[in-house]
Amino acid sequence: MSKNNEKISSARILQIINTVIRHKLFIPIAFLVSLLLLNVFINPGFLRITLGKDSAGNPVLIGNLINILSNATELVILAIGMTLVTASSKGQDISVGAAVAIVGGVIMRVLCGNETQPSTLHAPVLLALLLGCLAGMACGAFNGMLVSRFQIQPMVATLILFTAGRSIASMAMGGLKPKAASAFGCYGNFIPGFPVPTPILITIAMIAMTCVILKKTNLGLYTKAVGINDKAASLNGLHPKRIKFLTFIIMGFCVGIAGFVQASRVQTVNPYTIVPSIEMDVILAVALGGNSLGGGKFSIKGSIIGAYTIQTLTSMLTTLNVNTNAVPVFKAVIILILVAIQTPMVSSLFHNKSSRVLISGRKERG
Amino acid sequence: MQKKVLKMRGIYKSFPGVKALQNVDFTLHEGEIHALMGENGAGKSTLIKVLTGVYTKDAGEVYIDEADRPVHIKSPQEAQKHGISTVYQEITLCPNLTVAENLFIGRTDELFVNWKKNNQLAETILKSLGIPAKPAQQLSSCSIAVQQMVAIARAVDMECKVLILDEPTSSLDDQEVLKLFDLMRELKARNVGIIFVTHFLEQVYALCDKITVLRNGELVGEYLIKDLPKIELVAKMMGKELGDLANIHNNAREEALSKSEAVIEATALSSSSGIRPFDFTAYKGEVTGFAGLLGSGRSECVRAIFGADRVTKGRLKIKGETVAISSPIKAMRKGVGYLSEDRKRDGIIGDLSIRDNIILALQVMNGFFKPFTKAQAQAFAEEYIRLLGIKTASADTPISSLSGGNQQKVILARWLLTHPDYLILDEPTRGIDIGTKVEIQKLVLKLASEGMSITFISSEIEEMLRTCSRLIIMRDLYVVGELTGDDLSQDRIMYTIAGGENQNVKKQ
Amino acid sequence: MKKDSKTVSTRHSQHKLLQKQPVTDTAFLLAITILLFFTIYALSIIFLGDKGFSKIQMFFNLFNENAALIVIACGLSVVMITGSIDISVGGSTALICTSCIVCLNKHGFNFFTTLLLALLIGLIFGAVQGFLIAYLEMQPFIVTLAGMFLGRGLVALIEVNQIQVDNAAFEALSGSRILIPFLGDVNKKGIFIQSKLEYGVVVALVIVGIMFWFLKKTKLGRSFYAVGGNAQSALMLGINVKRTKFLAHLLCGLLAGIGGFLYLFHTRSGSVQQATGLEMDAIAASIIGGTLLTGGVGNIIGTLFGVLASGIVLLVVTAIGSQDPWWPQITRAAMLCFFILLQSIICSRKKKQD
Repeated sequence: MSKNNEKISSARILQIINTVIRHKLFIPIAFLVSLLLLNVFINPGFLRITLGKDSAGNPVLIGNLINILSNATELVILAIGMTLVTASSKGQDISVGAAVAIVGGVIMRVLCGNETQPSTLHAPVLLALLLGCLAGMACGAFNGMLVSRFQIQPMVATLILFTAGRSIASMAMGGLKPKAASAFGCYGNFIPGFPVPTPILITIAMIAMTCVILKKTNLGLYTKAVGINDKAASLNGLHPKRIKFLTFIIMGFCVGIAGFVQASRVQTVNPYTIVPSIEMDVILAVALGGNSLGGGKFSIKGSIIGAYTIQTLTSMLTTLNVNTNAVPVFKAVIILILVAIQTPMVSSLFHNKSSRVLISGRKERG
Repeated sequence: MQKKVLKMRGIYKSFPGVKALQNVDFTLHEGEIHALMGENGAGKSTLIKVLTGVYTKDAGEVYIDEADRPVHIKSPQEAQKHGISTVYQEITLCPNLTVAENLFIGRTDELFVNWKKNNQLAETILKSLGIPAKPAQQLSSCSIAVQQMVAIARAVDMECKVLILDEPTSSLDDQEVLKLFDLMRELKARNVGIIFVTHFLEQVYALCDKITVLRNGELVGEYLIKDLPKIELVAKMMGKELGDLANIHNNAREEALSKSEAVIEATALSSSSGIRPFDFTAYKGEVTGFAGLLGSGRSECVRAIFGADRVTKGRLKIKGETVAISSPIKAMRKGVGYLSEDRKRDGIIGDLSIRDNIILALQVMNGFFKPFTKAQAQAFAEEYIRLLGIKTASADTPISSLSGGNQQKVILARWLLTHPDYLILDEPTRGIDIGTKVEIQKLVLKLASEGMSITFISSEIEEMLRTCSRLIIMRDLYVVGELTGDDLSQDRIMYTIAGGENQNVKKQ
Repeated sequence: MKKDSKTVSTRHSQHKLLQKQPVTDTAFLLAITILLFFTIYALSIIFLGDKGFSKIQMFFNLFNENAALIVIACGLSVVMITGSIDISVGGSTALICTSCIVCLNKHGFNFFTTLLLALLIGLIFGAVQGFLIAYLEMQPFIVTLAGMFLGRGLVALIEVNQIQVDNAAFEALSGSRILIPFLGDVNKKGIFIQSKLEYGVVVALVIVGIMFWFLKKTKLGRSFYAVGGNAQSALMLGINVKRTKFLAHLLCGLLAGIGGFLYLFHTRSGSVQQATGLEMDAIAASIIGGTLLTGGVGNIIGTLFGVLASGIVLLVVTAIGSQDPWWPQITRAAMLCFFILLQSIICSRKKKQD
């Protein structure tokens, strides 16, 4: 009798575990938590956050977690846009790195004019931000037009900008590598007197804005409908082409903000090395978040968690003294494993196994 | 007694939400043309795909050549090795290869292609079958009919024991059909067993020896052609439905509908789909129908009204007001709803929840910046789940996990929620269970009695006769007639479709 | 009577059918590319003759510089015809160069063992990626993107700095040239200099020939087209679609191996950033040469001319351009954009005709 009870409870536990495992955010959260634990294991002081002072004597928060949160900003912002693009167009935008370079180039040109090291800003930062965003959205519009109007696969369409983007950025800056006045630095670092890094605040603002937009408009529903079945969506009065285009414009806006933060970090832009291979990280973040790279349903929460996971991984590898150029090896392996798990072949394997366990549990009960 | 070339016993196959085949038996002798009959969704295609290894069967056994051991066919190649060749309804050749290549690719184990030899061989085959194509011609430059014939030529040349023709005649003209029949008789003389799937009753009786009838994935029976008159075949295909549905009847027929308000008035409307200009009027509280064979243009007509295809010519008035419908959303805003023909492809948004699927159309009409709150959406969904009796655990369930009938009800709910004045239902009963079919037909009549104007399209003429008070008859993209009142009978419809003279004919 | 008239009409339509032999899209795209190449070359000789374009050696240099790219682009054409893509070839080339150099310099490898190593790396990339794409049905772009990063990352694990070949025998072999008889240029001092061709070019052209024959004449070659044109139909026709896709990637891997070796043979150096964007050049060359991104259509001769056309455009841009370093890449992208749009327009027109 007691044996039987044990079996029932074990079956139930299995069931609970099963539902938890099946939750779409399980893999991203589990992966993030295990990475953080691994970090604590490597460095017991990993989670410590202290209030220190920077070179100018302003109070700043210091700690690994703060660094990760701050450094992940570009990734998080781009992941939001990439999630929407992936969902609606069933493909990824691989030109985000190049587009960030263009945005950075435009911002630098606006702030520095033709000087290499101006002592003052040539234009208000707001104007630079505005023009940067416009440049980003122009890139998005170009990609979006190719994808929606000419029906080219997104990855191929964005290949064009991927090829040309960094050169265009270099052209935008007139071949110079100017350094903007340090007043511009507060957006990528700290606002004097305020201890929280500005990028974190920008991230929070962007996430909040995304939440509001998803709540106050039908962007989410429309994107999903178009991504899952664009024929049916168009018979329900939607314009799939316009929605695909819109997601690329939003992606462009995200690129604008990310480029702004990135440019502000060191107040200079090297178009050929800025955010190297960030497109890979962003796609990885989207995939890590449990989103299908084949489009359709999406979870921006998942992508954001994914982005932080990537940043944690990157900073962990850096602390372990892995060469920057070798970091992609680990990411490549992870992306392959993650995508492999998502494939129908492998997931059906898992599915069969877990359901078999359940069935055997049930049989024993009966 | 002729040799049995194929024996299938107790075949089961199910898809998520659908039991496509249940305990189906099938036997084919050599030198026999065997018709496989059934309505849409009866399981004909599934049975054939199981036989050719496209689908894996859930249970059952397949024997070939009176062998004692069942064979397990896992892929089309294996089927070919067992001597089973198929010509599908859709062209399953490669358009970017040449005709000769399409005849021979995938068949030999030779590593290298001898173009000269292949082209000569192909030339001989094409000539012997009278197919107007050159071996070195790219297949995509041939007409659909020729492509179909090349597919048959390929199957014929494979020296197959079992040849499956899955609705091969639907894209051929009369002359080509006759040619095909000659070919089939020739093959019959060569002792090939032919499984012939078709919708055309005439062709079955002109050609076949035996008929196997399927209905809703179950075997109805196997009959000799001489033992089964046409009318009985139809009854077998429709099954007990006849009795069940007898009590449904459109009482509105007798009412003087012409006096009531016209909801839709189309004048010389035509669209990019190639439909010929047609006139059509739908009145308040009336159920109209478009009847015609597959590809006659019945869906294209309603798609033009809804703006699903680009309207090229003509005028459309909705409730007396002239409108330009350039996209579905404009039609929707004017109170038109359209339940599309292909539910899987054009209807459901697979991974979305039932709730999102139900509110979608109304939400789109509401606008981008005015999303429903979750509570509102849930209330809508629950209301219609209850109203239409959708069987589901919750409104959060993805629609793709429902059965076909319940999916259709969700789509129906989507359009009912928009409270249209004019609702188009294009094949709403295809591939769903009988219970739901009856419910949908009753619902149509109820909605009409409440004042909605409805256009109901179905491949099953019986269904249209029961629900519609006026039928527009189509043939080859033309409207060829309009039947009302006492003219509404199966014979009359067939007669009009077949091209007999009719006083209402308004051929342009 | 009635029947007769029908027969006549059928015959009439038959006649029309036989007459209708439209210029295929392949031929059209190929023609555009070849025309483009010769036009630009002719124009550059006329207008930029003083910058070296009139020299015959210039023509051979076009091949000398692009031998590796030609081979790699052939591999990409194969996967693109099959309806897939491979963007890992740049990464694998970098990996081949660095690992071969390390083996040559430190582990006493000779020419042939180095060649074997290069082929092996290429084949491993092709096999693993092919397996993941064909049998696990993963998206080709993602798989090969990972392959690209894996390749470059492994280079960094092997050797962070740029390295050079330090092996006399290998260097001697790689430095030797074929002298073309009777062809050459007269230099400023009036001395006749025979034109030189690298051995790698011969290899590349032989491979182009083999691949041309392979895609036209072998069962597997035709299967690539069938699978790329319509995978479902190909399956119905009895082609093993998964195996075909796998073999396409394997072949691409092999060609990337050969191409990587030619790259090493030409440059004799290796670094993490080596051959950056090579995959994009190869894809662009295939597209320019008339290979459709959607699969099923493509031509190796077109690919060859695609490489040559983009090569000459780059030379021209460099010759007329100012010192600005951004023009080559932007021109390359513009050309890619032009041909992608052209393909898209042709495809959509074709759809409308159907």
